[in-house]
Amino acid sequence: MSRGLLDIESLTRQDVEAILTRAKDFQPAPRESFKRFDTLRGRTIVNLFFEASTRTRTSFEIAAKRLGADIVSITAAGSSVSKGESLVDTLNTLGAMRPDAIVMRHSASGAPHFLSRYLPIPIVNAGDGTHEHPTQALLDARTILDRLGTLDGLRIAIIGDIAHSRVARSNIFLLSKFGVQVVLCGPATLLPCEMEKIAPGVSLAYDMERAIRGVDVIMMLRVQLERQHEAAFPANEYFQFFGLRPEHVELAKPNVVVMHPGPINRGREISSEVADSQRSAILNQVENGIAVRMAVLERVLAA
Amino acid sequence: MSRLVIKNGRVIDPATDLDRVCDIGIEDAVIREIGVDLSATGSEVFDATESIVAPGFIDMHVHLREPGFEHAETIESGSRAAAAGGFTSICCMPNTQPVNDSPTVTSYIVDRARRSALVNVFPIGAITKNSAGEELAAIASMKQAGIVAISDDGKPVMNARVARRAMEYAAALDLPFIEHCEDLHLSGDGDMHEGLQSTRLGLRGIPRSSEDVMVARDLILADLTRVRYHVAHISSRNSVQMVAFAKQRGLRVTSEATPHHFAISDCEIRPYDSNYKMKPPLREHSDVEGVVQGLADGAIDAIATDHAPHAGAEKMREFERCPFGIIGLETAIGLALERLYRPGKITLPHLIRLFTANPARILSLDRGTLRVGAPADVTVFDLDREWTYDVNRSLSKSRNTPFQNHQFKGGPVAAIVAGQIVWRVDN
Repeated sequence: MSRGLLDIESLTRQDVEAILTRAKDFQPAPRESFKRFDTLRGRTIVNLFFEASTRTRTSFEIAAKRLGADIVSITAAGSSVSKGESLVDTLNTLGAMRPDAIVMRHSASGAPHFLSRYLPIPIVNAGDGTHEHPTQALLDARTILDRLGTLDGLRIAIIGDIAHSRVARSNIFLLSKFGVQVVLCGPATLLPCEMEKIAPGVSLAYDMERAIRGVDVIMMLRVQLERQHEAAFPANEYFQFFGLRPEHVELAKPNVVVMHPGPINRGREISSEVADSQRSAILNQVENGIAVRMAVLERVLAA
Repeated sequence: MSRLVIKNGRVIDPATDLDRVCDIGIEDAVIREIGVDLSATGSEVFDATESIVAPGFIDMHVHLREPGFEHAETIESGSRAAAAGGFTSICCMPNTQPVNDSPTVTSYIVDRARRSALVNVFPIGAITKNSAGEELAAIASMKQAGIVAISDDGKPVMNARVARRAMEYAAALDLPFIEHCEDLHLSGDGDMHEGLQSTRLGLRGIPRSSEDVMVARDLILADLTRVRYHVAHISSRNSVQMVAFAKQRGLRVTSEATPHHFAISDCEIRPYDSNYKMKPPLREHSDVEGVVQGLADGAIDAIATDHAPHAGAEKMREFERCPFGIIGLETAIGLALERLYRPGKITLPHLIRLFTANPARILSLDRGTLRVGAPADVTVFDLDREWTYDVNRSLSKSRNTPFQNHQFKGGPVAAIVAGQIVWRVDN
């Protein structure tokens, strides 16, 4: 199988460390713009998004350009996908154009894994269904390292729709490799009990105060109403019981880092006061997205 | 007058308690004599030395896709795959296009089978019109046309009132009622068994309770209606226990399990490979153990493959968009020997009973035994031959199997239908 980045689960701690260390080289100094490199000059990357995304797609585009690569972005609407072409045929067609890598987002869990068995081109998973979003977990880890200096031994709460979150899965797999105590919190219908067993160091809480007390990092998840095929929780009381408010932040460690993969729903899962506070690292996450994706693309295309 | 003598095999017929090395004399499609050193003068001879000679195996649950989906399978191709798997009789589920919910479709299948099938084909009729779960199909007329049971397989009869009426109707006709046990609301849009593996892979789960709830409901209705009730492809350990309990209570309840449900668990799924996607889904190790236990202790009466062909392109898609089902006719005996007989879970006569006398009894077929006078359907298999399954050489039209390149020890040697050798292994 070609070397790509399909998920965090199959990476080793050393793999993750290598990417995070390299990403640091790509971070700009304060108040400076990103440096340009020509490491990937002459290489072509196809950014194939079967699902709407602004920030991830843009972030990959900028990362590729900063490394000197040519990148072509395709979104499902208006492409052959909407004309009924199968995923395999679409990818074979693109494969015949001989790109050096494909960055792919798809609404079906495992779509990149399935394709990687048939395509010799490396695939970078930019989010597959409710499975994983590996570069998000990497940029989250880079952001925590920037603020707290280490991942080892931290206690981190992840709060929200865990069941349907690819961000949660990738973060759980990554953090667990560093011995982080991960506390998952959300309404019981969005927090399957099997989650406790998917990686070492994971525990569950159905109560915000219990989840947050003494943590180093609070990761909020977007409440994905668009993924809710049924009423799995009473939406009108969600914020009251699982929305992050200033009084919760007080329960955490004094230098707690508040994170959110965005786009945020103010007043649904996070209050504006918290989102805009000093504790919030939300914009650092976005910024780190580029550095981390540069490190990933470089690693995948290094040959 | 054609004569065939099967020489020197170890003949095992659980229905008559026979287990010894001897010969079988067949004349005019009927078993004429069983004994040592039968005269073979003027007869065709099949040398079964070192092989097991059993009554013809019956697969009471297959999908032949004809009429309507002939690109995936036909009655002819499915029957060839059956013969190559050692089966001499197969029962085809009604979810064709059109659905087998009328005597016209039943007669079409019977006629096509007579012209093109290598093995005996017994149709199963729909319970409800178009298997939509609302109005009863023409069950009595289909019985006259040749169905041996009713089922809406692929779908459950979700409406309990409709299920009750169908059971009452079937009971009066002495037809078995075969249920695909699944509560569709609990299954939702699930793609695999709900558990640690589905959580890990981010795939929507089909909980065990989806099967259990329907089995429980149906057992209550079977008690009410006194129908001959049969659970198709049982996969949950809880459901196996409920069936065992119902049997103790004296209900006329039977069940079947597929080879994949006693052979593999959700931990062994190759991630996002649709050759591991079927309904019910591959469940947890404890369920696999429960199914094996049920096969051993009698809660489960039959092994049936749920052979479900799908053309290549249909299964070459994102996991959640692929249809459910795998082919299974050619690997059933090999898997049964590997998972049930060789580890000592089940004796050879018991294993044969699960493929012969039991399905024959459930469906009231005059087969499944080597008794003198019975139709001369015989399955010959061996215990030692090592072979590798290559689905690209399958006689089915479809290729959807998780057992590609699986190495087997023991498997089918020949299928004899009505005294004719319709298939024998090469080399």
